[in-house]
Amino acid sequence: MSINPKQSDAFKEISDKKASKVKMSGRAKKRAIWAYIFLLPQVVFFFVLSAYPIIMSYVYSFYNWSGIGPLNDFIGFGNYKQLLSHPRFWQAFENSVYYIIGTTSIGVGVALILAIVLNDARLKGKGIYRTIYFLPVVTTTAIVGIIMNSIFGINGLVNEILTTFNLTNAPIPWLTDGALALLVLIIVGAWKGLGVNMVYWLAGLQSIPNELYESAQLDGAGFWQTLRHITLPLLKPMLAVIVLLSLVTGINAFDLVKTLTNGGPYYQTETLDLFIYNYAFSSEHAGGNTRMGYASATGVLLGIFTFVISLIYGMLSFRKEIKTFLENRKRKRGEES
Amino acid sequence: MISSKSARLVIHFCLIIFGLIWIYPFVWMVLSSLKTNTEFLTSGINPIPEDPQWSNYTNAWENANFAGYFGNTVIFTLATVCIVIILSALTGYALGRIQFPGKKAVMIIVVAIMFIPKGYTVIPLYKIVSDLGLSNSLLGVIVAEASGAHVLFILMFASFFANIPKELEEAAEIDGSGFLRTFFRIMLPLSAPIVATTAIMQFIWTWSSFLIPLVLTVNRPELRTLAVGMQNFVGTYTADYAGMAAAATISLLPVMIIFIIMQRYFIEGVAGAVKN
Repeated sequence: MSINPKQSDAFKEISDKKASKVKMSGRAKKRAIWAYIFLLPQVVFFFVLSAYPIIMSYVYSFYNWSGIGPLNDFIGFGNYKQLLSHPRFWQAFENSVYYIIGTTSIGVGVALILAIVLNDARLKGKGIYRTIYFLPVVTTTAIVGIIMNSIFGINGLVNEILTTFNLTNAPIPWLTDGALALLVLIIVGAWKGLGVNMVYWLAGLQSIPNELYESAQLDGAGFWQTLRHITLPLLKPMLAVIVLLSLVTGINAFDLVKTLTNGGPYYQTETLDLFIYNYAFSSEHAGGNTRMGYASATGVLLGIFTFVISLIYGMLSFRKEIKTFLENRKRKRGEES
Repeated sequence: MISSKSARLVIHFCLIIFGLIWIYPFVWMVLSSLKTNTEFLTSGINPIPEDPQWSNYTNAWENANFAGYFGNTVIFTLATVCIVIILSALTGYALGRIQFPGKKAVMIIVVAIMFIPKGYTVIPLYKIVSDLGLSNSLLGVIVAEASGAHVLFILMFASFFANIPKELEEAAEIDGSGFLRTFFRIMLPLSAPIVATTAIMQFIWTWSSFLIPLVLTVNRPELRTLAVGMQNFVGTYTADYAGMAAAATISLLPVMIIFIIMQRYFIEGVAGAVKN
């Protein structure tokens, strides 16, 4: 889960209400005890089913371990060293990067156009259009992958349409050519997630005060002028958040890749998520034996990769905010001393 | 913004054509599910089945065990939704409404969770569920799915409860209502919109969950959910295309219908995740 403005606002709101330093009354004490009781279930869940697995995912990555039997073959950074010289790992890394960049640029861009069109107050049937374009988002990705596998098959719907209308002479090998298969994954991934970005953009558009549009209209600004000088500049801060969320979603593309191409042909569309799954759970794609330790090491690298992307991206997008924050702090300190 | 009437007609035209293409895969899925397999292969781009084959549905439901998968998915989804609502509401109430020592530390942990680079946690999750002896029932899949801190939901509940006027609680206390009673009788019912948003979002996520049920039911075919069962179906009945379409329709239609009915809450929840 990534941080976003609403959450940080809520966080501030809650933590600002500082506990009064007065001695706790009987009622306050009782309430504090209830607070601990209320927190207990989430805390237990968190430690047993979140914190422990996160820690163990790091621990496993230092072992040579198939997943069965005792964890006793400690090999230090052996898995990591092997990974960095494994061409299939780099291929998966490259595929993930293509997929992330492809789905983000198509998804975020087209969603913006759609949101601007649907934000027009006088457009009728907005609700219906919004439902239609949002619908793929709620469908089960793993099942969509299977349907798309059939639609993009050699005798599938897409090729039927193309040949019926004489747009191509021979059926196009959508899923049996590596580059095309990756393209299909990107298109389907972008299509599937576009509705979420559209709703994000609509939320951003609705936060622009109407008076701005009205005064622009009074000044005689046309549609494109308003768009260029009012709408787009005001959406800029949203862009940073939406792109980041889209990048992070793209990193976790397991369901679609597993069911649509399963990494094929010959691992040419294998993404990092699928690479990990294959080494952890399917021996036929892991050279005969599952390798949980190796898979865990890849998982750790993927986690760090996600972390670094978010960090760099956050720093680039919020340069200004970070700068003013640091300056304010410096000034405050100066005043204090 | 767009003034001329003809321009708006063009926009409607584009939105409708583009929209039809947008959801055509689902239309194709439903119509193909009523074809015979020969028809599926030979009818080209004609989407209309000659003679609706309802037997595709009875086959998928009975022979391919989609009845079982469906039941599993319903139990799995509802149980996960309930657990997540309870956990988030309780945590949100404690954080949003009560002052207690150590609150700041809890808040910091909640936010830190969002930043920690996680490794591949499915492997240890699988291990711990078997160690707890839960791998033989749906309960294991349910607790695994409900794991993780639902930061968005917790914060939604916390900020909602923080904004309820104090007087309401005090009045209840004067009437002799205890802490628990105030929470269950007054506070929780007031938070119904948050409960609804949490329920619908978690419902749609869990219904579509794939990796956790896939890994946790690997040795237990009878515990499979729809998404996992579907994967197995195409592996077993490779040439039953119409059956595949019927099974996919069974799996997707419920969640699509629920979304269409409850979309206000869902879209508000999604928008809330990014709005200021």
